Parts: sequence; structure tokens; C-alpha cells
Amino acid sequence: MGPLAPYEIISENTNFLLAFFIGIAFGWVLESSGFSSSRKLAGIFYGYDAVVLKVFFTGAITCMLGLLFMSLFGWVDLDLIYVNPTYLTSAIVGGVIMGAGFIMGGFCPGTSFCGAAIGKIDAMVFVVGLFIGVYGFAFTYGFWEKMYFAKYLGEPKVSETLGISDGLFGLFMVVAAIGMFAVAEWAEKKFPREEY
Amino acid sequence: MSNNTSTERSRKYLNPYLGGVLLGLVLLAANFVSGRGLGASGAVKSVVATTIEVVDKDATETMPFMKEYAGSHSGSPMKSWLVFEMLGVLVGGFLSGAVAGRLKLKVEHSPKITSRRRLIFALAGGILFGLGSQIGRGCTSGSALSGMAVLSLGGFITMMAIFGTAFALAYFFRRNWI
Repeated sequence: MGPLAPYEIISENTNFLLAFFIGIAFGWVLESSGFSSSRKLAGIFYGYDAVVLKVFFTGAITCMLGLLFMSLFGWVDLDLIYVNPTYLTSAIVGGVIMGAGFIMGGFCPGTSFCGAAIGKIDAMVFVVGLFIGVYGFAFTYGFWEKMYFAKYLGEPKVSETLGISDGLFGLFMVVAAIGMFAVAEWAEKKFPREEY
Repeated sequence: MSNNTSTERSRKYLNPYLGGVLLGLVLLAANFVSGRGLGASGAVKSVVATTIEVVDKDATETMPFMKEYAGSHSGSPMKSWLVFEMLGVLVGGFLSGAVAGRLKLKVEHSPKITSRRRLIFALAGGILFGLGSQIGRGCTSGSALSGMAVLSLGGFITMMAIFGTAFALAYFFRRNWI
């Protein structure tokens, strides 16, 4: 019965050790999918390479379905799985700032570590930027604090907000993803880019 | 570069749908083991909190950011799940790059711009992403990807805000990429 650490089936140290191995798998998958290249990542915004969309949504859906089925079989207790809280204002403001960072820098934090690991100097500089940004937040926390906690909605699931079951929402996600993949395949043919 | 080389090169990357399924399984494993998804910016936050504590021992009492951090994280900041996970990401990324022959020190940029311009934008983008990930309580990994997998409303909103903004601004930064 999972999750293992919250149920205390494994010790804290084992959990950390497994974190390291899960991280290795995470880094491996990101790098081998091409996420260590900013030009591949940015491709989604110009249509020439939709690898981000394909990997990202396939990943989210695989995990979502996995959790739903594992819960159905009684293998995992969904009540103990962390659901990110929703602070509406900061979710939007933070997302907008991150989106600007994405199109300028061509990486997100996880992918920049991957790029840095294989020697991309632009990725290393991005990582330096990340630290500056987080220090910046730490020292200006008072300025953001009110907005940071504004419009707290608890920990709602989208399915609850829409008033439908998790499974039905999951089905919608799968259908929506297939539609997006079709558009992505079309766009990659329409806006080709020379590889170099 | 000739067409042949480019097909050869792109063949070295995983099929994106297979990559996605594998990413989903890794994310599922993270949830099954720790009860939480993957993350990246949280590890940076832990390092930042640790260094602030080293420089100023009273920071936990005097700095609101550190007070908030201590309230939501128990124990030493470096003894955090995400720090171990991100150390793994560096190893895993390096191994994958080594196996595929992609280990090379270089600045990757469009031939239409200089390395210098690429690095300036990389730094600016990193700063914004660092700041935004703190305001948004997680980045593309921790908030958008992991949040979506557990159907978190906030995760979906952050995902749409990130990709929506990047799409909206793409036109203004097109010279950097195409």
C-alpha cells in the first residue's frame, strides 16, 4: 500500500536514497527526450518542434492514469498524495513571470540542470539566474507576501471544481491531449527548421 | 548540415511519446514512494535557505522568508527530498548525454544571434524563472507537471499561465530562436 513514506513503510533515509535514484531516472528521461537543448524546448512556441508538449502531456496523463488505477486497485491511498494548494493570484502571477523567463531563457529549472549536466554553458548561466531570482524573492519577500497568500482556495482538484468524477476528467484530458498532439504533428510539418 | 546527419541526430533522441510515458512512470514512482511529485525549483530554494542560514544564524527569526520556509519545512534545508532528487537529475542527465555522445561544453544558440546575446537572455530568463517559481510555489516540474498529474486546480492554472505567457511573448523574442 502506497505512498510508502507517508505510511512509514520505508524510513526517511530510504526515502532520500530513492529520491536520488528517481532523480537519476528523471534526468535521464529529460535529457534523452531532448530537454537539455533550449532550441528544442523553445520550438513549441514557434511550431518547429513540439517535443515539450508531447512529452509533458503524455507524462502528466500517464501519471494521472497510473494514480487513478492504483487507487482503484487499492495500491495507493490518494488521500495521502500531496495535491498542490491553489493560491489563485500567485499561481497566475508566478506563472506569467515564469512564462516570460521560459521564452527568454529557453529553459525551465529542471531542464536547465539537465543542460548544465551535459555542458551547455547557456544552461549553466540560466541556473545562476535561477539562484539570483530565488535570492531576490527571499530578500523582497515582504513586498510579495500579501499577494503570495491572496485568493486561497484550498486544495481543490479540477474535477471537483467542474463537478465531475476524476475518471471522467481524466478521459477529457486524454481526448484533449490527442487533439493537441494532432495539431503538434501538423505544425512540425508546416514550420520545419533545419537542424544544426 | 546535410539531411542525413540531421535525421541521424534526431534519431538519437527518444520518441517523444515514449519519453512522455517514461516521464509519467518516474512521476508515478515519486508519488508512490514519497507521496509527492517531482520538482526542481524547490531544491534551489533549499540551497538558498541553507546559505542564508549559514551567513546569518538569526535569519530564521528575523527574515520573513526564512520564517515561512522553516514553518513549511522541517529539519535541515539540505536534507530535503528535492535536493537528493536534483542531485540525481544531474547524474541522470550526464549519463544520458554521455551514452548519446552529447557531452560538450558549448553555448547553444541560433546562428542569427551571438553567444553573448544568448547568455544575457539565459541569465535574464533564469532570474525571472527563479522569481516566478517562488511566487507560483513551484516551477514547470513541481507545480505544472506534478500538479496536473494529481489534478490540482492550481497546477493547471500555473501551467496555462506559463505556456500562455510564453506563447504570447514568442513574437517579440523570435529572433533568438528562429
